[in-house]
Amino acid sequence: MKPLLDLDPADVRRARTLARKAGRPVVKLAQSHTTVSVERATLRLAGLGGADHERVPWVNHLVDAVRAEVGLEHGITNPVFDALRRGEAPDLLTLAQKAASGSVQFRLPEGRAATAAAKDARREVSRGIRTIDKQRAARDRLIKRHGDPEQRPWIYLIVATGDIYEDIPQAQNAAREGADIIAVIRSTGQSLLDYVPEGATREGYAGTYATKENFRLMRAALDETSKELGRYIRLTNYASGLCMPEIATLAGLERLDMMLNDSMYGILFRDINPIRTFVDQRFSRQIHARAGIIINTGEDNYLTTADAVEAAHTVTVSQLLNEYFAKEAGLEDWQLGLGHAFEINPEIPDSFRMELAHALLARQLFPDAPLKWMPPTKHMTGDVFRGYLLDGFFNLVGAMTGQGILLVGMMTEAVVTPFLSDRDLALQNVRYVLNAAGGLTEDFHPPRDGFIQTRARGVLSEAIDLLTTITEEPGKAPLLEAIADGTFGLMKRPANAGKGLDGVVVRAEGYDNPATTLLETGETR
Amino acid sequence: MTPAQDPRTTDKAMPLDPMPAKATTKGAKAARKTPDIVRPYGDTTGDGMVQVSFTLPVPHDKRAEGAALQLAAKMGLEPALLVHAKPMGPDFTFFVVYGSATHLVDLREVTVVEREFPLLSPTEVNKAIKGRLRRKLVVVGACIGTDAHTVGIDAILNIKGFAGEKGLEYYREIKVVNLGAQVLVPELVARARAEKADAVMVSQVVTQRDAHIHNTTTMSAAFREAYPAGQVPLLVVGGPRFEEGSAPKLGVDRIFGRGTTPGEVASYLVHALAPSDPRSKEK
Repeated sequence: MKPLLDLDPADVRRARTLARKAGRPVVKLAQSHTTVSVERATLRLAGLGGADHERVPWVNHLVDAVRAEVGLEHGITNPVFDALRRGEAPDLLTLAQKAASGSVQFRLPEGRAATAAAKDARREVSRGIRTIDKQRAARDRLIKRHGDPEQRPWIYLIVATGDIYEDIPQAQNAAREGADIIAVIRSTGQSLLDYVPEGATREGYAGTYATKENFRLMRAALDETSKELGRYIRLTNYASGLCMPEIATLAGLERLDMMLNDSMYGILFRDINPIRTFVDQRFSRQIHARAGIIINTGEDNYLTTADAVEAAHTVTVSQLLNEYFAKEAGLEDWQLGLGHAFEINPEIPDSFRMELAHALLARQLFPDAPLKWMPPTKHMTGDVFRGYLLDGFFNLVGAMTGQGILLVGMMTEAVVTPFLSDRDLALQNVRYVLNAAGGLTEDFHPPRDGFIQTRARGVLSEAIDLLTTITEEPGKAPLLEAIADGTFGLMKRPANAGKGLDGVVVRAEGYDNPATTLLETGETR
Repeated sequence: MTPAQDPRTTDKAMPLDPMPAKATTKGAKAARKTPDIVRPYGDTTGDGMVQVSFTLPVPHDKRAEGAALQLAAKMGLEPALLVHAKPMGPDFTFFVVYGSATHLVDLREVTVVEREFPLLSPTEVNKAIKGRLRRKLVVVGACIGTDAHTVGIDAILNIKGFAGEKGLEYYREIKVVNLGAQVLVPELVARARAEKADAVMVSQVVTQRDAHIHNTTTMSAAFREAYPAGQVPLLVVGGPRFEEGSAPKLGVDRIFGRGTTPGEVASYLVHALAPSDPRSKEK
């Protein structure tokens, strides 16, 4: 199909080149550091799970103990598997338990001992990687059996009760009502927890904790529903916050299908240390790439904190950076649910035309990515009737611009958690618009120098300007300088501050992490 | 049957002419008299018409529709018209009902918290602070506890502002320290002390399990513990779900609800911290 916008291919190339230029130093930084969460994720791949009676996970105990004795500069696995070889404990769990009570001596093995420990570590960690591979194959099989949704965009609905046993019937009902993707919103406090809670959980604030058991329970329930409906229902959760690498790992092990995973969200909106975030990001994206998980990025957040017209280009910049970081980590185009949102003030003249221009720009810059289109929140006033109309227009843009994933807007946004009837009405809205106007993509060709094309080109050129400014910042990693200056979302986040900074460790010469090796080489053993 | 529920009484209380206002309305507002007793307005004065929608956990059939009308009657809609009924899955039915409310609203019994301070322009606010406080007014703001919704605090503090009004960062004489989301209470107290905050502003959007109430009381208690009596900064909370008039119960000085603009907050800060007559200083 002929592209709907006449963008200068040279501009598009330039934007990508600049994103690469801005991103590369950050990748270098990520390759030269590790974090407590990356190391804990590695232990989880090696099969260590569970928690003590105070619900502190064993992976936290073991990483803390090793860090206290020999540091994490060389990676967690060599000291741990060396201790096992020396007979300090018969298995990882016992070792973690003994380490928690301080009765294990760790050392940095050298020479032959190091080679032997590394070999053991690789064997154990590769089991986890192979489980992820098996889950990916299982998903492919189930999609083949049950089928994908008939229509695009896929319909994305949220459940959030705080109680996994309440979430399950809600999610199953939502799927029966027409949802293709179920997102279980996390308890808001979770992003700042430096451990992953254990087990099935029944209490959370404004959401349900992401735990391995909750993942397993929900996936099993949706497998049943997929069978019942003859349509594979995808499950989404959040790989963000201080434990993003671990949560990504658990998602891969339990066959989640999509994960929210933005390269800068944690830095800007959660005040998590920038280096911690980029290191954790890279590992979690490598896991997602391996697991066949579609990531969803969080560009909508820029528009809710800044003006959606003035900040339109920051969305494009963030999408380009997210694309660069994602591909560098091994994700493919079909796995990039790049985000954008319908957040322009409806009082502004031509707001709908601008929404169309922005959505088309994203569509055309990333033709093979399943873009995630997010509904209005900022200008939902509590007038549910007006909100319902706004959601209708949001759906119309989604239909006209061929979005991949449509997060269903609720007229109760900013009022209450949606009623059963609100969700039903919202889905009726989506169905009506897709049914009535889904084919408009065929007729809709904005004229060459009309409002929409001009606006889209303007946003792209502003994005290029911003990327140029970012890459011209002084210092080794200009992107970090830009983040520190408040370039994104008006928030200033210096690289030497923020939550989780104490969990960042510079890698030493000879750092070894078999998970990273297996993820980067694609090997299975 | 109480008089209010008696349709005949209501009919009498539904004159075609607006009822003469008995209570004296003050000043210029007295120009147009409003009645003391009103009913909802559909398209004719006194018709009492309202529209409601709700869901009942019953399958859609004749009995379900009867149940909806029964509920409408109990809600005081008489006569009620069931205009829409739609099954939502096998176990639920959604209804839209129009009807005339038999209840009367007595405006004399309505109590509202009137704004206790005059609304000032940014220039007036800056002038007041400069002239009376003789230094910058320091505001520390945050979303506390598990709440990550910075929309409210950002609308008030960020220069971007809200509803066409610039946020407090725009005011030359106000120094704003916005700590952002999920700030721990001890951290907030520490920053407030370090910055010598005149006012501490907290936004609470998440209301699940009364998180907003719990977080606010925790916060106010922490400030009272950390500061000597009488020196606690002005504590201001904002959020869409706080009960009007519950500030004393929560241990804070002022609550702002939905739709509050930065200008209102700035005017309040001047009123409370830099009053024109120092003797009337609240804090």
